[in-house]
Amino acid sequence: MLKRLVIPTFVLVAISISLFPLRAKSQSGSKANQGTSAAPVPSPIPVHVDGWGRPVDDLPANQKPGPAPVHDLSGIWEPADGWRAGTQASGPRDNPSDARHILPYTPLGEKAFKSHKPGWGATAVPIQENNDPFDICDPLGLPRIDFFNLRALQILQTKKQVVIIYQNDQVWRNIWMDGRELPKEISEYRWYGYSVGRWVDDYTFVAQTVGLDDRTWVDNAGRPHSKDLQVEETFHRLNSDILELTVTITDPQMYTKPWVGLNKFPLRLQSDGFDIREMVCSASEAQQYNAISKAAAPRN
Amino acid sequence: MRKNAWPFLTTFVLLLVASLPIFAHHGNAGYDSKTVILKGTVTDWLWTNPHTFLKFDVKDDKGNVVHWTGEWNAPSTLVNFGFTGKTFKPGDEVIVTIRTAKNGAPLGGLRQVVLPNGEVMSEDESVGKSGGYRSRPPADSKGSDN
Repeated sequence: MLKRLVIPTFVLVAISISLFPLRAKSQSGSKANQGTSAAPVPSPIPVHVDGWGRPVDDLPANQKPGPAPVHDLSGIWEPADGWRAGTQASGPRDNPSDARHILPYTPLGEKAFKSHKPGWGATAVPIQENNDPFDICDPLGLPRIDFFNLRALQILQTKKQVVIIYQNDQVWRNIWMDGRELPKEISEYRWYGYSVGRWVDDYTFVAQTVGLDDRTWVDNAGRPHSKDLQVEETFHRLNSDILELTVTITDPQMYTKPWVGLNKFPLRLQSDGFDIREMVCSASEAQQYNAISKAAAPRN
Repeated sequence: MRKNAWPFLTTFVLLLVASLPIFAHHGNAGYDSKTVILKGTVTDWLWTNPHTFLKFDVKDDKGNVVHWTGEWNAPSTLVNFGFTGKTFKPGDEVIVTIRTAKNGAPLGGLRQVVLPNGEVMSEDESVGKSGGYRSRPPADSKGSDN
């Protein structure tokens, strides 16, 4: 009986597929350009490039990483699973905003979350209703710089600091490791807070950050935070090639217990000639984007 | 409905869904899920963040010119698919596949553009999310993982 149904099924599917234009992936190009006798130019094959336009090589299949260097996070890094594996549009990889991941909100946290109107995640709204501060190019802040569009980053170390330069929004942070303590009184809250860090073993560096401006969102899905937020980042050098990032959120005003946004998110070491491209949130470009996008919004 | 028709219908629906292209988009910009194909003339190519825009003119059935705007992903993504700030030039005659705006405005989300030389520009949304690099050494590695 089922055999009789197979052919009609595939015929119907083939008809359906023909209604949707397929992206051309062949190298032969398209014949859609009418009126020219020249052979079509082959379509580009996807190649991951750095900011200088140079191809980024994949690891050879038999690549064996060397041992991890001691007390060393330095280098240029990209998400190990793919150049846009750190996009995280609906929230951090290990706790995205969906039906299966409900954060332990306090009543205040629940209220604050509902007041945020993101473009992504379980509570996404149409773009004309968004109130995401990043839509007008307010700084992403911490931890959102780790939780949204985590692309290439460069880590520099001095005797006293770990400095992280991020591709997304062209920002930097410094983490002090000269023994100073976190400020107990915050006179000026900062978009990226105040960070201190220390080596807990030869390959693991733990940073703590407080003093974070509460105008930022925790992630792209609108999770909230208060001025009492403390962010813990654990950087673990697994081997010569891989750095793992774990990020834990503690905010008793908004959440009844700490939660983990990234758990050992792998970053792969790039060549020291890798150029981190610009990826700037320009206020004028954002204004143009918002105007065009909102023009597509449904009219009441 | 006959009982033995259900497997057929179920199979048909599942295969139909699997054949649909995945329409990912930045936020929820009010674009429809269906696409149309338009022939037009490029008037501008905005290589901007957070997304790029292709502006092109299309003549309707009555010969009137309609000014269209197509939205694409950010430059930081499109560069990996061969796009640059010079991919499209004013005056280029192009064939555009675009998801249209639900409200009927001449706006949409770009899926594919064919250049005058036949080159097909598109973004494969599955590329770059996984499998880009090996993130773990082979099981028999003697590297000192910590």
